[in-house]
Amino acid sequence: MNTPLRRLATLTLVMFVALMGAATWVQFFQAESLNTDSRNVRTLYREHGNARGPIVAGGVAIASSVPVDDPFGYQRTYADGDLYSAVTGFYSISNGRTQLEKYENDQLTGRSDQLFFSRIRDLLTGRRPEGAAVETTILPAAQQAARSALGDQSGAVVAIEPTTGRILALVSTPGFDPNSLAGHSTSEAGTQYRALEAAPGNPLRSNATQERYAPGSTFKLVTAAAALESGSYTADTPVPSPVEYTPPQTSRPITNFGGSSCGGDQVSLAEALRISCNTAFAELGVTLGEDTLREQSARFGFDDPDLTVPLPVTRSVFPTDLDPPALAQTAIGQRDVQASPLQMAMVASAIANDGRLMTPYLVDTVRAPDLTVVSQTEPQEYSRAVSAATADQLTQMMIGVVDSGTGRSARIDGVQVAGKTGTAQTLEGQPPHAWFTAFAPADAPRVAVAVIVENGGSLGNEATGGGVAAPIAKAVIEAVLAS
Amino acid sequence: MASVQPHRVRPGRGTELLLLVPALAIGIAGYLLAGLGATGAVPPHAMTYAIGTTVLAFAVHVVLRLRAPYADPVILPVVVALNGIGLAMIYRISIAYAARGRDDADIADRQLVWTAISVVLAIVVLLVLRDHRTLRRYTYTAMVVGLVLILLPLLPGIGRTVNGARIWVRVGPVGMQPAEFAKIALAVFFAGYLVTHRDTLALAGKRLLGLQLPRARDLGPILVVWAASLAVLVLQRDLGTSLMFFGLFVAVLYLATERTSWIVIGLTLFAGGAALAAATFSHVAARFDVWLHALDNDVFSRTYGGSGQLVYGLFGMANGGLFGTGLGQGRPDLVPFAYSDFIVAALGEELGLTGLVAILLLYTVLVERGIRIAIGVRDGFGKLLAGGLSFVVAVQLFVVVGGVTRLIPLTGLTTPFLAYGGSSLVANWMIAALLLRISDEARRPVPAVRAIATPDVGVPLPPVDEPRPVGGGRSTGRTGTPAAGTPAASTTAPVRTSTASRAADAPGAPDGPEPDDNPTERLGGDRR
Repeated sequence: MNTPLRRLATLTLVMFVALMGAATWVQFFQAESLNTDSRNVRTLYREHGNARGPIVAGGVAIASSVPVDDPFGYQRTYADGDLYSAVTGFYSISNGRTQLEKYENDQLTGRSDQLFFSRIRDLLTGRRPEGAAVETTILPAAQQAARSALGDQSGAVVAIEPTTGRILALVSTPGFDPNSLAGHSTSEAGTQYRALEAAPGNPLRSNATQERYAPGSTFKLVTAAAALESGSYTADTPVPSPVEYTPPQTSRPITNFGGSSCGGDQVSLAEALRISCNTAFAELGVTLGEDTLREQSARFGFDDPDLTVPLPVTRSVFPTDLDPPALAQTAIGQRDVQASPLQMAMVASAIANDGRLMTPYLVDTVRAPDLTVVSQTEPQEYSRAVSAATADQLTQMMIGVVDSGTGRSARIDGVQVAGKTGTAQTLEGQPPHAWFTAFAPADAPRVAVAVIVENGGSLGNEATGGGVAAPIAKAVIEAVLAS
Repeated sequence: MASVQPHRVRPGRGTELLLLVPALAIGIAGYLLAGLGATGAVPPHAMTYAIGTTVLAFAVHVVLRLRAPYADPVILPVVVALNGIGLAMIYRISIAYAARGRDDADIADRQLVWTAISVVLAIVVLLVLRDHRTLRRYTYTAMVVGLVLILLPLLPGIGRTVNGARIWVRVGPVGMQPAEFAKIALAVFFAGYLVTHRDTLALAGKRLLGLQLPRARDLGPILVVWAASLAVLVLQRDLGTSLMFFGLFVAVLYLATERTSWIVIGLTLFAGGAALAAATFSHVAARFDVWLHALDNDVFSRTYGGSGQLVYGLFGMANGGLFGTGLGQGRPDLVPFAYSDFIVAALGEELGLTGLVAILLLYTVLVERGIRIAIGVRDGFGKLLAGGLSFVVAVQLFVVVGGVTRLIPLTGLTTPFLAYGGSSLVANWMIAALLLRISDEARRPVPAVRAIATPDVGVPLPPVDEPRPVGGGRSTGRTGTPAAGTPAASTTAPVRTSTASRAADAPGAPDGPEPDDNPTERLGGDRR
């Protein structure tokens, strides 16, 4: 009986080795995916049990975890929650998280690979692990100015420092107070969440990065850039500017704002931009062709599905397979072309920075709990959007828009502002979106800004980019220049 | 190996005492750390606890010194360590439950009481049962007891269905899981029955396709057991217990007959029964579905019979990772039944993969030690009993840990020594006591006057069909002169001759039983 006993011993050994193998599979190889499983509340509990790192703007924590006396141990609180809601997002037990709370989660919880040694030290010293601090590029004065200027209107403001790509302001309205979702009572937070989900204007979504709109006349900057880059045009090149332009293959004419003329059958390109002449740019777009416009828009960042700042930015779309009527509409920013507010800020930023588009970024520094720098974002060139010469001509043309054109309400005493208005038609019968994108000072730009006010804001059907959006951009520029 | 020098067997009580120190230290340190980790303070009754467990462990040690001085020195420390780890984890979970205001927060105190009862009963077993061969007299009594225990929960009035499985019996305030005790009774029955009938089962019957088929009448009791374990499966809805019984039976059958055909027949019968059950009963099929598609969202969120519990266990283990969260720092209270069926998930979470593998290694040592006792003991009954009991622990552990780690479909069984539950703890301590008792016999040097063979079984058949060399690979223990088998063997299996004769020669063949009396020597000679 000893031979079968030995075989039995071998069998039990095999069984136990199989058990160890299965345990290894679960606890080592599968652990990562199990720990990140959305149904795993344990991860959330553990995160709440540790001090989550703060999110900082201008040296002040705008989101921080404070110790409280309940089973979780820490309560996430937001100073000025509504103001920064598009930056921080929210962090909730039962409803997940958004924006920086989501996309910098590994740093905030201290789970990032970069914090490995900090974690090992905590393990050895028995100290409760702490998350890293995420310091943003936001300039609180600019953020505050943008938020106040938008007021009750639904829209978004994005301000970028052209030479680096630092995002100075990122505002979306209507905003929300993340504190209402961060409470530890899941039923209360759930009620708040459902209310915000159903609220008009979708406050939980950031209009600045997650929404896209028809860019309207602000897209004429792209069309003008394509024309200048083609080499056949300068700012002074006369372009046809009829009262009505009927593209090939259609009988529906394109007209100017209010059916007005552009001051002659031919005007210079600069003049066409100054008064935002639709017929001129529509015909120019058809002349340049779809591919030229697409290439130029891509160099400004359109059609990039992977842009993250590190919040993922919704892809701005330049449509494909355009027939001449569609192409004519696209060239003036109507129909299927769509851009996020951040995208239009990138267009202004590239022109401001001599044609060099810097990758926009929101996170400046990540600091470990002991204040050592874990990572620091270095400015990076996204693309060479236009040549320096083109950028220079476009700047002069945009100065004309603000000095004496459609964007006069963005004028600032003693500072030369370059900008472009936009009034994007929306659904039939709805007020248009008002756009304004600008940078200043024109000779040495410190800020590029894009503003959208949905459905005309307080002016409704009477709204234009110059009337509604330009004063907001002005407020932001003044705030940046004053700091 | 060839030396005839008598080998002095050391009783091993000193080793045991030495090993008990770290074994107790693990349990007591675990208890302290669980309290420190979960509440930040030393548990209020830490000193009482330390003294209590030490006294219990040393009580067994003293009884062994007096009544079983040659018992295996490793088994008791391993069991003490496992029990201590279980107590620490259950204490830690009870703290979490108390914090959440659950009314089952008294599990730690109850398990402590059960531990004391178990140890006392184990001591009683060691004191009352002076020779394990006594149990052979109760072979058929054990069968009846075993079957009654298996079927007890089906009786209306006292049977209780807990969490879908009807494996509980409750009379007044006292509840128990009779299956835990049935496994001991059945191990005794199988060992007694098969040691008597092993030759008929092994040799009579036709050969078919290289398999030795047993005769129909020899199949009778086997079919009874098959039917009983299927009854457990079908009527009590308990795949795990059924698997445990059947695994035990097939293993002992194989040990007794050395016929692979029995394994094939046994597994075929079980697989057939299980397949039939899966096709007929939705709850069995659901188990397989949960196993294969545990992480699918619709299986996960199924309200009844979903994979929620299993997946929560996996989440817990994943949270532990390689080194665990540390005792008291995880959230084992998020896993349902973390103190009983899912205690392995709780241990994996707080002690990590490292700790879990260490625990599995303790079990490995325990089971391999048990099988070594079976190899060492001289009588066939003892071999089968020790082998069967060791294997049943292994199967039970495999079924429950394999289920929790998703190696096999999840079925409810308790983890021996670790999990909360009086029946399980008492039964497993009794198994440990039986193994200690048998090991005393296995390791005891036989005095010269004890040369008179105890009545044995497995007397070799006359060399008609297939002559079997005795004392070689198929040693039945204390059987006459080993050299007797060699001539016949040499004609049929030359290879075996050499080993058989080597085994026989080694300690000096003419001396009869003498060589077998030294287990160490016999083991060496027996190696094939």
